[in-house]
Amino acid sequence: MTRFSVFSLAKNALSGHRLWERTWRDAAPRDAYDVVIVGGGGHGLATAYYLAKEHGVRSVAVVEKGWIGGGNAGRNTTIIRSNYELEGNAAFYEWSMKLWEGLEQDLNYNAMVSQRGVLNLCHSDAQRDAYARRGNAMRMNGVDAELLDKEGVRRLAPFLDFDQARFPIQGGMYQPRGGTARHDAVVWGYARGASDRGVDIIQNCEVTGFLRGADGRITGVETTRGVIAAGRVGVAVAGNSSRVAAMVGLRLPIESHVLQAFVSEALKPVLPGVITFGAGHFYVSQSDKGGLVFGGDIDGYNSYASRGNLPVVEDVCEGGMAIMPMIGRARLLRSWGGICDMTMDGSPIIDRAPVDGLYLNAGWCYGGFKATPASGWCFAHLIATDQPHETATRYRLDRFATGHLIDEKGQGAQPNLH
Amino acid sequence: MMLIACPHCGPRAHVEFAYERTMDAILPLDTTPEDAARILYQRENPRGFSDELWRHTHGCRAWLRLTRHTGTHEITAVVPWPAVGTGA
Repeated sequence: MTRFSVFSLAKNALSGHRLWERTWRDAAPRDAYDVVIVGGGGHGLATAYYLAKEHGVRSVAVVEKGWIGGGNAGRNTTIIRSNYELEGNAAFYEWSMKLWEGLEQDLNYNAMVSQRGVLNLCHSDAQRDAYARRGNAMRMNGVDAELLDKEGVRRLAPFLDFDQARFPIQGGMYQPRGGTARHDAVVWGYARGASDRGVDIIQNCEVTGFLRGADGRITGVETTRGVIAAGRVGVAVAGNSSRVAAMVGLRLPIESHVLQAFVSEALKPVLPGVITFGAGHFYVSQSDKGGLVFGGDIDGYNSYASRGNLPVVEDVCEGGMAIMPMIGRARLLRSWGGICDMTMDGSPIIDRAPVDGLYLNAGWCYGGFKATPASGWCFAHLIATDQPHETATRYRLDRFATGHLIDEKGQGAQPNLH
Repeated sequence: MMLIACPHCGPRAHVEFAYERTMDAILPLDTTPEDAARILYQRENPRGFSDELWRHTHGCRAWLRLTRHTGTHEITAVVPWPAVGTGA
């Protein structure tokens, strides 16, 4: 694989851009691999990449039912941040942020990682106290956080409606190192890095069942493109985790819900970074192309339909209008929906399944994109060594039965509220 | 927008209703800790028809059991819950 550099750019510019190599190989399935990863999203491809790069496991296939990055990797709002409070989450998401910071050099691929800052607004004294507590917890864990007063917020985002009668902006919590990344480029970058190290990326290949040995151990997968034997199988299919787990008779602590996202027509630069509304659920950033990319709550009831309902569209737009009325005349370009694995405590699962040879990476709720690098890193570590990575020891499947929940929002076993 | 045919009020927009949980997530009081953990935390989560508990919050406020398809949102049954007269 040719490295991208100013020299390769010049060479290809002078030759009319006809000589660029394909970014990754579109492989056909072989009979057997050491590891098969089910799911060719960001997490699955990152797992394959780190398996090959960090653990020397080169006989790896990633099987994807559609096309790579066509699921939630291509449907999120591209926000990266590590503003988590609880032990169990803090170290993991900060490790992810550190990987983001070195990702483009590591992959030799422009993922457009932009640390333009994440600002969470607060609208009451109680909320400011909660942010102070969260920010302190973050700083104790070595994560950057700043508590801003109203004037501090005004310096960053003077266009907000500070005197809104119902939800006046009283301040905010700011993580300068947070920001956005180009979601498709993350998928393509990991695919390129993995493919270059011998990983087979197999598209249009849906898993329809698992092969089991006499002792019950998983020995491979049945797919729409034939049977593939595997030493170990990792499942990274957030949104459909329950359906894949049901193929081996497992019931997961997960419900599938639809989360909508929106993009406006392209505007001149107006937003400096990511801004979230504290009194409702609304988060927005501006893409480099100029579109306002925003989202809000999940639709509230279980859904596998990759499209959402109108009441939530209205609710999200009301949230936006409550803090930045200036966007009221921007026209909506598109909206879409993605299916999220909502867990019972709002935190993910990276663990061995209670079936030998099967590994689970699931339950990302609606925070999976920012976790992509660390999720891949930790899942590869788990599959290669059979031990959880030190930053992901708490993401156990059995934590619900033992009471070791990681519930950032404190909602309990009510997945539609996380 | 889903249209839910409330047995008391007739067809109403789903924004009048609150989704509570799937019927497999209702915890009986006389259960063992193992069963309680399973019922509280594990879900069948099918892509297909699912029995769910809803409430007509902005209407008659009755609890209702819906049979709804999680892929198409087709609703095939809306009945009062608990079923009248059975105590179940």
